[in-house]
Amino acid sequence: MRESIQHFINTLSQPTISFLILFFLFFFIFPPNAWFHRINRKLGLEALWTVKGGIAIFASMTALLIFGGFDANFRSIILKPDNVPIILLLFGSIFFLWLSMHQAMQNDRRLRGDEPPEEWVKESDRKVLVWPDLVYIELIAMVLCMVLLLVWSIVLKAPLEEPADPSATPNPSKAPWYFLALQEMLVYFDPWLAGVVFPTLIIVGLMAIPYMDTDRSTSGFYSYEKRRTFISLFLFGWLVLWVYMIIVGTFLRGPGWNFFGPFERWDLHKVVALNNVNVSEIVYVKMLGQTLPDGILIREGPGILLILVYFLVIPPLLAKTSLKGFFNRMGSVKYSFFIFFCLTALSLPLKMLSRWFLNLKYFIATPWFNI
Amino acid sequence: MAKDKKNYNPFKSLIWKSIFRTAVPTEKRGRMMQVLNNVFLHLHPVAVPKHSVKVKYTWCMGGLTFFVFLVLTVTGVLLMFYYRPTVENAYTDIIDLGETTPLGIMREIHRWGAHLMVITVWLHMFRVFMTGAYKPPREFNWAIGVILLVLTMLLSFTGYLLPWDQLAIWAITVGSNMAAATPLLGREGPGAALVSIGDINLVTPQSDAKFGLLGESEVRGMALLRFYVFHCVAFPLVAVVFMAVHFWRVRKDGGVSGPM
Ligand code: HEM
Repeated sequence: MRESIQHFINTLSQPTISFLILFFLFFFIFPPNAWFHRINRKLGLEALWTVKGGIAIFASMTALLIFGGFDANFRSIILKPDNVPIILLLFGSIFFLWLSMHQAMQNDRRLRGDEPPEEWVKESDRKVLVWPDLVYIELIAMVLCMVLLLVWSIVLKAPLEEPADPSATPNPSKAPWYFLALQEMLVYFDPWLAGVVFPTLIIVGLMAIPYMDTDRSTSGFYSYEKRRTFISLFLFGWLVLWVYMIIVGTFLRGPGWNFFGPFERWDLHKVVALNNVNVSEIVYVKMLGQTLPDGILIREGPGILLILVYFLVIPPLLAKTSLKGFFNRMGSVKYSFFIFFCLTALSLPLKMLSRWFLNLKYFIATPWFNI
Repeated sequence: MAKDKKNYNPFKSLIWKSIFRTAVPTEKRGRMMQVLNNVFLHLHPVAVPKHSVKVKYTWCMGGLTFFVFLVLTVTGVLLMFYYRPTVENAYTDIIDLGETTPLGIMREIHRWGAHLMVITVWLHMFRVFMTGAYKPPREFNWAIGVILLVLTMLLSFTGYLLPWDQLAIWAITVGSNMAAATPLLGREGPGAALVSIGDINLVTPQSDAKFGLLGESEVRGMALLRFYVFHCVAFPLVAVVFMAVHFWRVRKDGGVSGPM
């Protein structure tokens, strides 16, 4: 019984499967537009954000953790001192996700009934004094935080491994956990993209958010419905492309950066056959039955075309069709930046899917750079 | 004074008043003066809108991030007394920290505090996003926040190398390899060969972005020194400046956001 559950979880947690499930469920749970929202309501998914829903989420997460704790292998990964913060991150991010969605649902209901949001104070100029009303809250928060930190420090010793030895490369070598989403990206993109271009775009993209989403009427209180497109996309980036990737990178990647299920022993000799192909090979060899052309521009033509279509044809197409209202509200400049950041972020899941289902290595492969 | 012990109130004593400039106040005017007369409390306005003190709204995350930063500063200074950033000493100094120096769990508090700060800063950003608090007029403060986010992670990253154990140098090696892949400027990055004068290639392991980060071509002693200086001096100073601007902007933008 236990073994079959463990086997089931091992299978389920493979990136191919877990990511697909997440990817397709995600937009029903966090609907970005009216269509998804209708289905979300029909399926009753809003119940996740009720108190009962919250208890159910936490009970199942805790149950999974306890069940896993009985397995020596699982325990050793979870309790590795530097991995403990990720458990905190996992529970913290889910708890605060629940808390913000819970309040957002309440406010959405109030707004639909033409009531002001919960945060609204009747005589809006009614202020409270910082001393003592704010100062005592700060004091309590600091004390609780210090207690957490002290208990954590007493229970768990800071790790210290063997002295640094530049000639003994550990397998796997992992970056600190908060960078593991980037390291996990290295599986799908070359280092210049995963390690330099994407981090830069994440920083620039984050800074650009307030300049693209400027509707002040939904500022200063929790809400979902009126902001659903931005919230849905942001949550996709934060929960799926960041937190989920960190968890895969830390807990599920072993020697050779191969995938290992949470209940699978790390086998140093696990070999995964890699016979990935480029777009050029798929088009010329598999589809047209020819040999690869010699001219590099012709050879990489299909890949270059795909990328140009992705970034230059899809945006205007969307602006004319499903994102029409959005485009009209934002104007062309904001819209262009917005869609560029979205498409860039989406390129990661797309590359993952094409790797798994088409064995795709590169869209464009040149001696100088690969995409 | 000793005679009427019953009425003695330490919060009204000469010493208390000399430090805090007023007795502990119980009436409105005094409470306002309390904030105005204290350099630390003066980071706050005297009065704030009622909704903005609700824990349910801010989760105190920004404040806690700042608090953890302060804890890290204090414990970090203590650690600096006993730690030498050289290949010969770093590792053994860390062992001594746990075994012979009278610092107890300072290293633990510093390490777990660093992890905690990364988490609280992420959650703070998440809160700001979910309340739409980045919208005008707060858009620039959000941008400052993003810089603080990057600084927090860089602080954590540079500190990771200092114990000089296997975990440390290989994590930093993985990280700094990314710099080697920088387009044009990294030795393995695309276009590196283009950056040259005649036949002389300007981007080499002795001159590329990774070298600039580490102070040498691989993670060795110079990198340790460089990360130590970044970690203990440069980044904290820059972070403090940005935090000052961040807090100042919170006030100038009308205090913590609320419904209009
Ligand atoms: C070292 C890191 C940081 C510190 C110490 C810090 C501290 C604070 C504090 C104390 C506040 C007051 C309200 C609250 O506690 O929520 C605040 C507000 C704010 N923070 Fe931060 N913060 C940091 C990082 C960030 C980041 C990463 C972002 C976003 C990317 C950000 C964006 C904002 C914004 C927009 C406000 C105004 C919120 C409002 O008016 O509701 N901050 N910050």
